[in-house]
Amino acid sequence: MISERYSRQQLFVPIGMEGQNQLIKKHVLIVGAGALGSANGEMLARAGIGKMTIIDRDYIEWSNLSRQQLYTEEDARLSRTKAKAAELRLRAINSMISIEGIADEFEPEKAERLLEQVDFVIDGTDNFNTRFIINDACAKTSVPWVYGGCLTSYGIVLPIVPGKTPCLNCLVDKLPQEGRTCDTVGIIAPAVQITASYQTAECLKYLTGHKMSQEMLNFDVWERTYASINVSKLINPNCPSCSEQATYPYLNKQQGMQTTVLCGRDTVQVRPNQVKSMSISALTKQLKPLVDSIRDNGELLMFTIENTRFVVFKDGRTLIHGVNDVQKARKLYQRYIGA
Amino acid sequence: MNIRVNGQTLHFSKEKMTIIDLLSSYQLQEKIAVVERNKEIISKEAYRRTELKDGDMIEIVHFVGGG
Repeated sequence: MISERYSRQQLFVPIGMEGQNQLIKKHVLIVGAGALGSANGEMLARAGIGKMTIIDRDYIEWSNLSRQQLYTEEDARLSRTKAKAAELRLRAINSMISIEGIADEFEPEKAERLLEQVDFVIDGTDNFNTRFIINDACAKTSVPWVYGGCLTSYGIVLPIVPGKTPCLNCLVDKLPQEGRTCDTVGIIAPAVQITASYQTAECLKYLTGHKMSQEMLNFDVWERTYASINVSKLINPNCPSCSEQATYPYLNKQQGMQTTVLCGRDTVQVRPNQVKSMSISALTKQLKPLVDSIRDNGELLMFTIENTRFVVFKDGRTLIHGVNDVQKARKLYQRYIGA
Repeated sequence: MNIRVNGQTLHFSKEKMTIIDLLSSYQLQEKIAVVERNKEIISKEAYRRTELKDGDMIEIVHFVGGG
């Protein structure tokens, strides 16, 4: 039974018996157990990765079920944490490997600690804030990872080997903020599956001793377009995240998104440090069909959604009225403002 | 002129067109993207002055945060 389990994968020449024996010795960390985390998690568990850790701060909602393949109606009804539900489902898929779900935020200290033990990281996050923490933590510990992002019918994938290929910070000099997230413009499952498939393929390549691609690819599964660019020349010799003089800015908590509970006002302030100015008009256009009573007074944008009132300043600072829980405020911020 | 963008041939009636015009037509001008023209990556500073020619092969990859 054991030898049969992976037989079809072993028949694939680039993996073979030798590659399969490698996979069982490896430890992969999946950050985020949403759509990409689910899809990668299932493929990697079936592939026989010896040890998998999956970390996520969120719980399952009905709106997740259209694409987050590890979860069921019961998970949504019970508001189970994604980490726990993913762990249980992946164990049911493959009981011969070790799987641990961690229901917590992937914050810098925890990131460094987790990375000390792993061979590879899969990006299953839905925001750039966490991705830049992955990027810095992987650079600091020399662990390769694969960035994956998807939105609407579009997806993008880039494998990153710290110090050898450009990192996210070499390519993206500030946190992108355009109000486009899966919660505002939507996403279809095929875009998730293709993105995750490229991520898992690169992970399997790396873990079985093959070189990962140096190309950053993207596709649109609805429009049937595809593009791939070799970005190896874009490595930044002075990169604050991956060069020899790296300072790992996103592992310094001051650099990331900051949240402050405004006492007695049932309000949380969210301040993304990397944003210098944001386009209020672009954000207004994006949010208009979704929210109630949106108003742009030229200096700030105000709107109401999910029983909370947002006030967004030009520098990205946002007050969210109607919440006093920092995690919930972060989630709302990422859902409607992005990053 | 005809330009091949991400593998699809597109016809543009404009005689003069730059990378920034092309990105604008996809509403990508403010987003973070990497653009390649005939296998050469174009630096962001050059988007406004780089004019497209008939038959150019353009690849555009833009970053998204969802997942």
